[in-house]
Amino acid sequence: MASMDTADSGGGKKGPGVKKAKKLSTRVDMTPMVDLGFLLITFFIFSTTMSQPTAMQLIMPKDTEKVEEQTKIKASGALIILLGKDNGVYYYEGDDPTQLQTSTYKKIREVIINKKKSTKPEDFVVVIKPNSEANYQNVVALLDEMAINEVKKYALVSISPVENEILTTTEKANGIE
Amino acid sequence: MAKAKLVRKSTWVDMTAFVDVSFLILTFFILATKFKPVEPVEVTTPSSVSADKVPEVDAFLVTIDKNGRVFVQMDDPNARQSIANNLNETRQLGLSAANIKAFTNAPSLGVPFAGMKELLSMDPEQAKNVKQPGIPVPDSTGGELYYWIRDAKSTYAGKKISWLIKADNETKFPVVKNVLDAFTRNDINKFQLVTSFEDAPPGTPLYNTRQELIRKGSGG
Repeated sequence: MASMDTADSGGGKKGPGVKKAKKLSTRVDMTPMVDLGFLLITFFIFSTTMSQPTAMQLIMPKDTEKVEEQTKIKASGALIILLGKDNGVYYYEGDDPTQLQTSTYKKIREVIINKKKSTKPEDFVVVIKPNSEANYQNVVALLDEMAINEVKKYALVSISPVENEILTTTEKANGIE
Repeated sequence: MAKAKLVRKSTWVDMTAFVDVSFLILTFFILATKFKPVEPVEVTTPSSVSADKVPEVDAFLVTIDKNGRVFVQMDDPNARQSIANNLNETRQLGLSAANIKAFTNAPSLGVPFAGMKELLSMDPEQAKNVKQPGIPVPDSTGGELYYWIRDAKSTYAGKKISWLIKADNETKFPVVKNVLDAFTRNDINKFQLVTSFEDAPPGTPLYNTRQELIRKGSGG
């Protein structure tokens, strides 16, 4: 190694027979230590995780067949959002599915906020109905939208056959097969 | 003319600073991260604005991968053991004592009841390489998952337990719906969906509420 030798070279002569005490270099080769350090870093990067998963609360209604136990909502305050194939979002207000309108995940927030502003707070309810082609991400995104817009009343409900049919027709009209 | 003298420079580089940095980063990683939990399958969870931490104790986790395979995970070995005993009795699985021990040691399971004895009889190392088919949840009756949840519920009776559902972004909704139905059929209506954190978009009501809270917190 090309280390600098700290042993003196031009010191006074001590005379013949007097051996110079050889000063050893105090320099340590750190390369293996660096190697080890980075090896451990690599190990920790691969085997650990930084992001703590978070939990989102979801409360489902109790299953009931009895009509009188089911929660009733006012059609005037309802916003029904249908989720379809290829991240499709569709919505209609009230109880007429034929008024289905196409939206996107970016635009749906505005729709929710507008509806929230235009209805009485106690009547406002959002119903989320994913069809069989919707994926989990879409559902969570919509539930998240409820949290973001502070919608107090919302429900995750199965899609009805009529709605599903209208949804598929709309999808076809939009060119989603 | 004097010849220019070629000075040979030392090739020695001082590594001390390098060592300092590397160990600093190492310390950071050790302190700031956590070991990845054992996962039966790779699952990419969707993100949500929810900031609650996932509870780690007394949790019953149902994992759904993107192909709709369903796995069950429980953190507590004692709970696993008692669920194994319960299931063995109620579903006539014919598990031996060794099988139940294997069940207790397995962090997660995703096999139909019919294939359980076979999987648990395997060598643990060998069993790791088996591609588990997932617990059958064919329709809204909840399939076999219904019995899992029923027995888990009776095992944890009297305790406050979190029912966690962790599904992949691409999982089709009907599978998730069937899992939810397996829970609701057991009169469990409160779930926690495992997601990754994402901040609320600026300007939205939730964002404003949170800012308000922060202001109040720092003000008083």
